[in-house]
Order: sequence, then structure tokens, then C-alpha cells
Amino acid sequence: MQNHLLTWILFSPTVAALVLLLLPKNRPALLRWFALLSSLVPLGLTLVVWAQFDGSAGFQFEEKVSWYAALNASYHLGVDGISLPMVLLTTLLTPLALLASFNVEERVQPYLFLFLLLETGMLGVFLALDLLLFFVFWEVGLVPMYFIIQQWGGKNRNYASLKFMLFTIGGSLGLLLATQLMGAATGTFDLTELYRIWPRLQTLNLPIGWSIGTVKAVAFWAFVVAFAVKVPVWPFHTWLPDAHTEAPTAGSMILAGVLLKLGAYGFLRLVLPLYPAEAKQFAGWLAGLAAAAIVFGALAAFGQRDFKRLVAYSSINHMGFVVLAVAAAAKASNSAADALSANLALNGAVMQMFSHGLSAAGMFFLVGVIYDRTHTRDLEEFGGLYAVLPVYGSVLMFTTMGALGLPGLSGFVAEFLVLRGAWPLLMVATAISLIGLFFTGAYLLKALYKVLQGPLNERWVGKLKDMNRRELVVIAPLMALMLALGVWPAWLLEMINRAVALWF
Amino acid sequence: MFPLLSLIIFIPLLVGVILLALPEERRGWIRGLALVGALLTLVFSLVAYFGYDVSAGGYQFQERMPWLPALGIGYHVGADGISLPLLLLGGLVAVSGVLVSWRVEDRPREFFAFLMFLVASVQGVFASLDLFQLFFFFELAVFPKYLMIVLWGSPKTRNYGGMKLTLYLFLGSVVSLVAALAVYFGSGLHTFDLIELQQAGLAKDFQYFWFPFLFIGFALLSGIFPLHSWAPDGHVAAPTAISMLLAGVEMKVGAFAALRIAIELLPEGARQWAWLILLLGTMNVVYGALIALVQKDFKYVIGFSSVSHMGLVLMGFATLNADGLLGAGMQMFSHGVMTALFFAVVGMVYDRTHERDISRLGGLVQRMPWAAVGFIIGGLVSMGMPGFSGFVAEYPIFMGVWRVQPVAAVVAALGILITSGYILLVVRRVFFGELPAALEQSGGSGRKVGMQRIEDVSWMDKVVIGMLALIMIGLGWFPALMTPWVQSGVQAVLAVLGGGQ
Repeated sequence: MQNHLLTWILFSPTVAALVLLLLPKNRPALLRWFALLSSLVPLGLTLVVWAQFDGSAGFQFEEKVSWYAALNASYHLGVDGISLPMVLLTTLLTPLALLASFNVEERVQPYLFLFLLLETGMLGVFLALDLLLFFVFWEVGLVPMYFIIQQWGGKNRNYASLKFMLFTIGGSLGLLLATQLMGAATGTFDLTELYRIWPRLQTLNLPIGWSIGTVKAVAFWAFVVAFAVKVPVWPFHTWLPDAHTEAPTAGSMILAGVLLKLGAYGFLRLVLPLYPAEAKQFAGWLAGLAAAAIVFGALAAFGQRDFKRLVAYSSINHMGFVVLAVAAAAKASNSAADALSANLALNGAVMQMFSHGLSAAGMFFLVGVIYDRTHTRDLEEFGGLYAVLPVYGSVLMFTTMGALGLPGLSGFVAEFLVLRGAWPLLMVATAISLIGLFFTGAYLLKALYKVLQGPLNERWVGKLKDMNRRELVVIAPLMALMLALGVWPAWLLEMINRAVALWF
Repeated sequence: MFPLLSLIIFIPLLVGVILLALPEERRGWIRGLALVGALLTLVFSLVAYFGYDVSAGGYQFQERMPWLPALGIGYHVGADGISLPLLLLGGLVAVSGVLVSWRVEDRPREFFAFLMFLVASVQGVFASLDLFQLFFFFELAVFPKYLMIVLWGSPKTRNYGGMKLTLYLFLGSVVSLVAALAVYFGSGLHTFDLIELQQAGLAKDFQYFWFPFLFIGFALLSGIFPLHSWAPDGHVAAPTAISMLLAGVEMKVGAFAALRIAIELLPEGARQWAWLILLLGTMNVVYGALIALVQKDFKYVIGFSSVSHMGLVLMGFATLNADGLLGAGMQMFSHGVMTALFFAVVGMVYDRTHERDISRLGGLVQRMPWAAVGFIIGGLVSMGMPGFSGFVAEYPIFMGVWRVQPVAAVVAALGILITSGYILLVVRRVFFGELPAALEQSGGSGRKVGMQRIEDVSWMDKVVIGMLALIMIGLGWFPALMTPWVQSGVQAVLAVLGGGQ
């Protein structure tokens, strides 16, 4: 077991999902508790890995077995300081999402089954060190999410789920073709080898009439588009507000908390190391897209009347900072000052991925909590709820502040690092992003004002119950981690920083 | 030596004959015997598959006997890494076909007997190492195929569909038979033995001329564009088990023969015409998917999806390289299992609703969850979703295409997106949403039968769905269960191709 810790983490949710199918389907309480408790297994194992992790080394806990030998692709897993925080995020958010789903009454068994499969799909992306295996898990995760939205979603779920699926599959077509191209050109899918071979490849043994530079540039954009759809970066984002709004609460938590990180992780794990030259060449474009995502995301969020849609657009806004950091790192030259800036930006990027995972999951959960009570998400129908729901009000206030980047909470550390790192490298884009940051404050405060402050909407008086114990248990770990990361970020940053320094 | 391959061919043939001799009213015996015959075929093909020595490669389990020595015709069977998965496929679909036809009420004796003849015919083609004998089994399929479509098919279109399918296939086999005779005479060896004919060293110009006839004649049976229109019409008109066998196995018979005969006997011709096959295969993939997207009939969607997927097999052939051929071999098996499952589920839905119009179906997951899950898994295979057999088959095909014509790979990738679109739409419209009121109440004659009207699939249907779905998932995660076999077969093909240079 010691040597296969990552495999255990990866497949224990699948095993749990299969066992779940054998349990009686008319005992929802049993099913829920089983799913919840079994999802603690990968979390526990992740903590074991975390404890044994050696910050100064590269990939660890590696496992490599021949998988698709005919294509020279292998089952190769490993973690480093970039992927381990993401694994922790996934294994942490899944139990919380399952706990948040305890109020799902309809077809509980398939619902939980899909959630557990989804966890394996997401973990596989973070753990894979083989390009083909990466792609396998990249796509596999789509299926459960599609059905979660399509089966347990809101009114417009058919449209939203199909759009989500076709956007992501369409976006991944280029990635699929580019991985085939790389496999055919180099004869390997192993990432540790591709890192070495692919950037230095000078001749292409394929009958393509273009120069190798053009081919690589096209393949670079194929990768970028696939990941940009997932992050999502403007203008590839239009699936996200629909999917988020229609998804059930726990689905939104995972979608915003983890799935968007898959795209950002793709930038860090694949785009930057495999395409350093192209990334540098097109860094300005990436920065432009990132700045557009930050500004437009914030403006669009400000314009929403639907609470959930507002939070959905805020994800575009926040994830834009990750892409900005990627652009900055791509732009950096070899000089010491540039390297330092790039390093800071990437530290901020991973930190932001983790921090946004906490705050976005928390925000979507809180939207779900209020929706369960009022059956509306229209911001105009709330108002003054602080007086009726003091506990909920405080929790929402805290989480919103975390999302807003209030010093002392995790978002601040992350965004500060990104901006500090990106400023010397991409001054214009960073300046524009700072304007976006202003609107971030504006829309979040608008949401707080509309829900909690202002004149009390009389129709809610005496009708609403405050958060119950289960709901508090869901949100408490998220709040605690936001605070812990804001006050003492070193426990996470140390690990990220070493990995980033090793890589870039 | 144990005549393994002969048993695989002649058990179903013999069972078919015995069935015809049984008294018609013994339905239990008839079905039982058909199932035993199909199971034995499956068991022996499993024995052959796992008994094959992959490291040695080549043709194994060979049996040969002179039959008409004056003309150089013999009974010669053997199996290699290309044909073994297909023999296995034939056995799997035979068992599945018998199980889903369990409740056939109309002349079950003849139905199961013809089904067995069809199985014998496809297994005979896969195991043949003699050109004449291959044609014999190839043509043996015609009469059960035609009769089963026109006798048991869907009443509205069975005459048209059966006639169209048969005439098209006649055309194909006549063209390829003429070309095969040309090869026989051209070689001057006076033998129909495939292994000897491979050594004939036919002149280049001869190969260039005859290759298109030989290849297209066989590939017609696998639905090559633009000669594909018989396939959806015929497959849709056929009864469920026959749709499964026709689309699942017969289409592979065409592709298999195109590879074994056309490409292996005329390697220079294959090299010369590869661009055309690649072009037509790419058309199959994209055009078939687009047409499937606009179908209103549940069964036609699957009919056209087969046209689209067989295009990938043809593309794999056209690459003439290790990756592409490996993928084509895998895709033949994967598509066979997938499409058999598809047609099985379509049949289960039709049996219960008497409806194939997508707009009048809906919400069936509430009544037949197994069918829904089976169809979804088939759909994911169809979309080339990783984790299922379709992905491990399509990926090497694309890698192979990259090595010869990158544009084709990019164009064919569009087929994946279109496929995702039509599969997701069909799944949603047929299995999710509201159960239409017409289905809810249909068949109600005063009694409140609406609720019982659409019932879940039988346990036999569940066995079929579960077995086929597990195979596709297993192969998706453990491609090594099949790749070594196919690879060893591909090595032999490549040796032939290389030998021509």
C-alpha cells in the first residue's frame, strides 16, 4: 500500500462508487453516510502523502506501469508541490459537497455514484504524468458532471448541460489532435520525457507542409484553447454561467472548486513546460485574454440579478488572475529580476487556485443554502436578511470577504502575489486587471448589500430558519482554511514555492 | 489435432439444420438449442482467442483438406491476430442475438435456424485461408440475411430495405469476385490458397488496376462512402438480432475481407490507392455523423452512426502503418460490440413502445433503467470517450493518419464532436425528460395497464447489456487484453506490404 498511495487515492472513490451500487437504493440515509465516509478515505490518504512529502524533490510517490504499450503510453502517476495542493483541494471538497447534498432526495444512489466517479476523474488529471493518461481523465470527468447537471439541475438544465459538454469536448478536440501529433512525432507520451524532447524537437517526421515552428505554435494554441475553455478565459466562458446556474448546489461547488482548476492546472503542467518558446511569444495575447476575463467577468457579475449567476461570473473574474500569472511566467526572461517575478506570480497562481477553490465552493454552497429556504435567487427579492438569519449573514460576510481578497484571508495573499509578480513583466495588463479588482469589490459588496442589508423584505419574516448544524459543518472547514491561509500562508506556499522554483 | 476453427464454423451450421428438423411447436427446445449452439461458438472462439500463442504469431489452429484439387480449391482455415478478435465478436453477438430474440413469436424455428446460418457464414469468412472458400461463406450469408429482413423485419420498410441491401451486396460481391478471379488467373499458380497467393508477386500494373475493384467490392459491405445507403435502410428494416449481426459483425466481414484479400494480395495496389480509401473513409466519418444528427428515427441514428464509425476502420486501413492498422483492428471489435448493444437496446425500446420516432419517445429511464444505462455506455464508446473501448481504438487510428495525411485527422476529428452532439441529444430525448402521455396510456383497454405497459427489460436482456458493456469498459481501461493479438496480426500485414517494395 505504501508504494501505491496515489493509486489508492485515485481509485478509492471508484471502488466506493461500485460498492454503493450494491447497497439497497431505498435506504438514502445509508447511501449518503456510506458515500460521505468513504470519501474521507482519499482525504486521509492525501494527508498521509502530505506528511511524507519532501518539498525539495520533484515528482514523488511515482508509480509507473505499462498501460497502452502499443502506443508507449503508461500508467504513470506522481505528485509535486503544484499538484499536491490540488489533490488536497479535490479530496477535501468532495466530502463537503457530498455532505452538502444530504438534502438531495431524488435518485440518491446514481447521484452519489456519479459524484464519486467524478472525484476519480478529477484526481486523475492532477496525478497523471503521462499525456495520454492525462487526456483520459481530462475527458472522463465530463461524463458524471454532464449527468449531474442534466439530471439534478434547474429548469434550463438540458440546454446548460449540453452546452457544457459540447463546449468542453469541442475545446478538447484540438488537445486530442495535438496529443496525437506529439505522440506520433516523439513516440512517447511520458511527460517527464516529453518535457525533455518536445521543446527541443527540431525536425518533424510527419508529412506536414509547415515548419516545425508553425506546427508547434498551432499545437500550443490547441492546448491553450482546451484549457481556456475550462478555466474559463474570455471569450470561451459562455458555457460557465449556464452550467453553474443550472447545476445542483454540490455540482456547482465541485465545478467551481475543482473543475475550473483542471484548466489552470493544464496551463501549469503542460503549456508552460512543453511550449516555453511559444508561450513566451504569445504571452502578450494570454495576458490580454486574462485581463479581459478579469474585467469583463467582474462587470458581468456586477450586472447580474441572479445571485448564483453573479457568483458564477465571479469565477471568471478570479480565475483570470491565474491566467495572468501564467502569462507573466511565460513572458519572463532569464534575468534574475524576471525570474523572481515569474516565481512570485506562479506562487500566486497556485495559491489562487487553492484559495478560489475554497471561496467559490463556499459561495456556491451559501447560494444553495439561501435558495433552499427562499426558492429564489433573485437579488431584488432578498434584503435585510441579516436580521432574520444572523448566523447565515455572518458566514456569508466572511466568505464574501475571502473571495474579495480582504487581507487576513487567503484570497489576498494569492492575488497580491500574482499582481506583484505580473506587474514588472506585464504592466499594462496588470494595471487593467487592477481596475477589474476594483469591480470585484463592487459586485461582491452589491451582493452582500442586496441579500443582507437594506430594508428587510417583510415576506421572509418568521419564515426562514437559520443554518443548521450540517450546513455549518460544510462551511466551517472552508472558512477555517481561508483564515489559516490568510494569516499564515507559509504552510502551503512553502510547498508550492519549492515546486515552482524547481520548474521555472 | 483438435479442429477448433471447424467447430466454430460448423456447430452453428449443424445447429441450424437440426433446428429446421425440430417440430415447430417445441419452442423451448428450439430456443434452448439455438442458445447452446451460440454458446458453444462463443466458448470455442474464447478458447481460440486465449489459446493463440501471441509471441509466435502467424496463422494458428490451421486445418487444411483438399476439396477440388483440380482447381486448386481446398478447405483451409486458420486464425491470426486480426481474425481472432472478430471470431470472438461473432460468438459474442451470436449469444447476444439469441438472448434478445428469446421472445420471438413468429416462426421461431426458422428464425433461429437462419440466425445460426448467418453466424456460421461470418465465422467461416473470418477463419478462411482459401479465397474460394471465403467467397463461399461470404455468399452463404445472403439468403438468411434477405429472408430474415423480409420475413421478420419491420413491416413498412422490410421489402425495400431487404431488397436494397441484397442488391447492393450482390453488386459488391460480383465486383470483388471478378477481381478475385483475375488475381487467381493473374498469379498463374492455379491455387486459391491465400497464403500461396500472397507470395504470387503480381505485377505492379496488374495490382494498380485490380485493387480498387477488389477493395471497393468488399468495402461496400462495410458501408464505404458513397455506396453506404443500403446499410441504414437494411439494418433498420431488419429484426433486432439481425440488425445486431449485420451491423455488428457483417460490416466487419466486409472490412476484414478488404484487408485480408485486397490489401494483403495486392499490396502495391493498396499503396497506390491509399489516398482514395483515406478520402472515402474520412467522408464516411463526417458525412455519416452529420446524417445521424438529423435523423428523426431512433434506429436510423444508429444505422448512420455505423456508417460513420466504419469510416474510421477504413481510414485505419488506408494508413498502411502499424498504428493505423492496429486501431482499425481494435475498432472493428469495439464497434461490433458497441453497435450490437445499440441495436439490442433500440429493439428493447421498440418492443415495449412500438415507437421509433424520437419525438414521441422520452423518459424511458424511469421504466427501463438497464436499457438506458446500456445505451449511454454505448453512446460514450461511440463518442470516443476515454475509459471505453472506442477511445483506445480510435486513438491509434488517428496517430496513424497523422503519419500519412494530417488534414484527414483534423477533418475526421470533427466527426467526434458531431457524434457527441447526436448521441447526447438522442440519449436525452429518448431516455430522459417526461414519459409521453401516449406511452403512458398506450395499450390500455379499460384496465389500467398504462403503468405496467412499459416494463423493464428481461433478465436475459440484462445479461446482454451487462456483458457487452463490461467488455467495452474493460477494453477501455485494459487495452492490452486485445492489442497484442491485433499487433501480431498487423505485423504480418506490414511484412506483406513491406515485401512488395
